[in-house]
Amino acid sequence: MNPQAGYSPEVMDHFYHPRNVGAMPEADGVGKVGNPVCGDVMQLMIKVNDDVIEDAKFQTFGCGAAIATSSMITELVKGKTIDEAVKISNRQVVDALKGLPPAKVHCSVLAEDALRSAINDYLQRAGRPPIEKPPREKKE
Amino acid sequence: MNQGDLPFIYLDHNATTPVRPEVEEAMLPYQGRICGNASSLHTLGRQSRQAIEEARDRVASAIGAGSEDIIFTGCGSESDNLAVKGVAWKNRSRGTHIITSRVEHPAVIETCRYLEKNGFRVTYVPVDEAGLVSPDAVAEAITPETVLISVMLANNEVGTIQPVGEIAAAARARGVPVHTDAVQALGKIPLDVEQLGADLVTLSAHKIYGPKGVGALWRRRGVKLEPLIHGGEHEKGLRAGTENTAGIVGFGRAAELAAAELEQYAVRVGQTRDQLEQEIMAAIDQVRFNGHREKRLPNTLNLSFEFVEGEGILLGLDSAGIAVSTGSACSSGSLEPSHVMLAMGLSPVDAQGAIRFSLGRDNRLEQIPSIVSALKETVERLRSISPFYRQPEEGGEKD
Repeated sequence: MNPQAGYSPEVMDHFYHPRNVGAMPEADGVGKVGNPVCGDVMQLMIKVNDDVIEDAKFQTFGCGAAIATSSMITELVKGKTIDEAVKISNRQVVDALKGLPPAKVHCSVLAEDALRSAINDYLQRAGRPPIEKPPREKKE
Repeated sequence: MNQGDLPFIYLDHNATTPVRPEVEEAMLPYQGRICGNASSLHTLGRQSRQAIEEARDRVASAIGAGSEDIIFTGCGSESDNLAVKGVAWKNRSRGTHIITSRVEHPAVIETCRYLEKNGFRVTYVPVDEAGLVSPDAVAEAITPETVLISVMLANNEVGTIQPVGEIAAAARARGVPVHTDAVQALGKIPLDVEQLGADLVTLSAHKIYGPKGVGALWRRRGVKLEPLIHGGEHEKGLRAGTENTAGIVGFGRAAELAAAELEQYAVRVGQTRDQLEQEIMAAIDQVRFNGHREKRLPNTLNLSFEFVEGEGILLGLDSAGIAVSTGSACSSGSLEPSHVMLAMGLSPVDAQGAIRFSLGRDNRLEQIPSIVSALKETVERLRSISPFYRQPEEGGEKD
């Protein structure tokens, strides 16, 4: 039952040394998802130039896995175009972290939701239609 | 992460304790040479039997009980199950109502939930903001259908000591037996079953520097139980299975030592705990105290570090070689905030940020500076990541 027992060295690295932490006052898109009742709240911010995500930052309240997945998704998204970024799935975040304990996979889903929400916020500000969420595969 | 190269500062004694050398020494012959099954008639069997009965005397003496009323079990959770299900099944024709509290150990709460699925009705009495159960609320919940009241003696997460004596007095007047899980109380506060007035008391060895895998249930004579494990006449027919001789011997020795050292333990661990609390409060802002200021185990300190989640603090301290816990060890890994914190009225964010420091006989004042500096560093780091963090308002400064 110990959550840490299932944490990979990659997760621990991103927990102890998270990338891209902090606020982004000039963000072009902000996504805030989660709920403290379930344990995690993630806020993801993107800086976009010509539909390319030039920078991403996050702030997270949550467990080790929540912090690590936030950190990893900001790394994955930097330099991607909007079209590429919307295709990033929670599974890619899990794989990049070399796996998550089953009870913590929901953190990667939250990271994906935060990214999508930030992208839609960017699109909305530009007066463009939001991107529909593709149907997620049934079981992680 | 700590790989055993750092000296570990262990602050998780409410989860479990190391086996004391004296206890290990007492157990050793029964792990090897004296291998007899205590039910066997030969010399080695009789030696095992004698050792078990001596251990029974020691455990009984530690709680002011008669040794014939001690039933050895496999753990505290089993003792809780035996008490709650044992009384419920035995009395089901008489009534199907049970009263317990909202802050019990899962071994009681989940057993009650199981009984609810099997025709019983359970009242979960609330607690106040310090985690205290009101004896009046328990008394008011008693109905003619009530067959058992189960309220813990001391809470594992916040250390709040419940008024079990008052509850037992009210229950006796109504003829309802009272069970109390005293796993966390044993060896930390005085425990005398006659003074307490409860009818069933759960004990465990591994919280008092004894081995894991052995518990006990004290049962007042005349209280009838349905056994959970059938298959032999061991433990008066209430717990079948070859006795864990070495474990029971270790439990006996640990209980004897705990009772003998109780006063000096309580004074020393209490001073260290209070000093730790003062220094944490002085070093870190926006920390919430969880529990009861006076009615509290001397070794337990539970604090919420606002704006951050507990697991991150646990991992951060672990990397500095310090072992603490979030909520209870049994529920870490689940996503819900601690049921104890929520019952005490904490917001989900504060409940998620709760950290339990549970000290033991080996902790020293000299360890406090390194604990506090590692904690401060971890909390500040996690707050810098948290979207909720706001500086405290000071000197007219606004956030």
